[in-house]
Amino acid sequence: MDCLTEFLLTDWVYATVSVVVVFVILLNITILMVWLERKIVADMQDRLGPMRAGPFGILQTVADGIKLLFKEQIMPSRAEKWVYLLAPAIAVITAFLMFLVVPIAKPISVLINGQIRTLDFVVMDLNIGVLYILAISSIAVYAVVLAGWSSGSKYPLLGGVRATAQAISYEAAMGLSLVSVVMYSSLADIGGVNNGLSVSHLVELQSGTLENIFGGRAAFLLKFVPAWNVWPLIIPFAIFIIAALAETNRAPFDLAEAEQEIVGGFHTEYSGMRFAMFFLAEYVNIFTMSAVGASLFLGGYHFPPFDGLVGWLGVFLSFGVFITKVMAIFFLFIWLRASVPRFRYDQLMTLGWKILLPLTLINLMVTGAVVLWLEA
Amino acid sequence: MFESIVSQLRTFWTVLMHTFTGYETVQYPEEMPYLAPRYRGRIVLTRDPDGVERCVACNLCAVACPVDCIALQKTEDEDGRWYPEFFRINFSRCIMCGFCEEACPTYSIQLTPDFEMCEYDRQNMVYEKEHLLIDGPGKYPDYSFYNVAGKSIAGKAKGEAENEAPPVDIRDLLP
Repeated sequence: MDCLTEFLLTDWVYATVSVVVVFVILLNITILMVWLERKIVADMQDRLGPMRAGPFGILQTVADGIKLLFKEQIMPSRAEKWVYLLAPAIAVITAFLMFLVVPIAKPISVLINGQIRTLDFVVMDLNIGVLYILAISSIAVYAVVLAGWSSGSKYPLLGGVRATAQAISYEAAMGLSLVSVVMYSSLADIGGVNNGLSVSHLVELQSGTLENIFGGRAAFLLKFVPAWNVWPLIIPFAIFIIAALAETNRAPFDLAEAEQEIVGGFHTEYSGMRFAMFFLAEYVNIFTMSAVGASLFLGGYHFPPFDGLVGWLGVFLSFGVFITKVMAIFFLFIWLRASVPRFRYDQLMTLGWKILLPLTLINLMVTGAVVLWLEA
Repeated sequence: MFESIVSQLRTFWTVLMHTFTGYETVQYPEEMPYLAPRYRGRIVLTRDPDGVERCVACNLCAVACPVDCIALQKTEDEDGRWYPEFFRINFSRCIMCGFCEEACPTYSIQLTPDFEMCEYDRQNMVYEKEHLLIDGPGKYPDYSFYNVAGKSIAGKAKGEAENEAPPVDIRDLLP
């Protein structure tokens, strides 16, 4: 038994296992998310939604997946073959890669062969986690752009062009909204270790209640407020959600696929499993963006009443808390999709450059000033 | 600006509240939707209260039909009644517009609230007279064309129909 545990905890085995676990979790949760979205949107529109496959249509996504798997894959004769084949792969790979740095549960210390090992439930705790998320999410746009360009067809090209403009407009706002999280977190970061950009570190700083951060000068009530970044950083959170919607090509920013105007946009010419790749990537992206939002703004796996729990019970509860928060943000995504009509191209650019970017810059200045004032 | 924000928030609220309202759609084959009696579905040919078919083969329905799905041929029986020799509706073309029903002078052709006419073979979508004729009078239970029309048939001479005056002798000069 000890032998087995020791083998499982060698670095490369541990890394492999955690990669596989995260991969499986993401795949399964995607299936659930597609079903959930269809059911919730149907509910909001007074429809029933999928009802046939399995109880309440819960197997609908599986049925769709099998259907797509067996469908013919058509490639336009004017497509750029290699780029055309590469684009869905980029979409899926980047979607899964982004999740690497997000911690999904509380770390636990276990005693093995007399030495204490810490199991952190994050695949790769990079010390540049936030930068990594931004970088990968930018690469994810390449999938859309390349798919649109290489299809050799008008509608996908339009979709690709739209995706490019959209990505450039919203990347800046998203990056700057995350900067204020890092700035604010330096308040609580007493040790001042050199990993202020690591996502799990940023999550760790949000444990407990606001009392931990504002200490003596705060009122008694702060004892009951979780120390999540969302309270002081509500504006960056709103901007992050908007930018995440744009980044994942979700309604109301789904101009790149806009079925009514450009018949599916960048994935018009994709069929069968190649289309399924884009579909999968979209939902994994949504999950990851929700997870990043939950980790950086909503305290990740932290929920004050459960923070004191130790052992595996604490781990499982913290995982449940994390999933709940992610699903809450995902619900917000669905809710927005059901309520808001699609933006026009110029409205999208106006919102990105003339409203969100100045707003983030002003917010950054204010956050910086307040942080300096509180530290002094 | 402020008003538009409030309007957006109200939209979100309304949409959210609709999650908890009922459904407009039904689980179709198990649960049938309500169809009004005058719903425009499958076309039928009706009969008089006496059980004689109402159609007088005037061809107005075929003329009114925008998709030309009705075909018929007039013939006459020994009583002097007109009736269609054949009456054919191609339901793979029919768009259920109801123009034929409106054009019909004898209330013969009527649309019913039934839309379940699926067939595996397209040829089976062509209904002949024996498929179209029903036993009853449909929506107008008391109406009988020859009882109100001036045309003379066996057993009913001119001037004997309801609300009809006896025929005037046009060669008679007396008032």
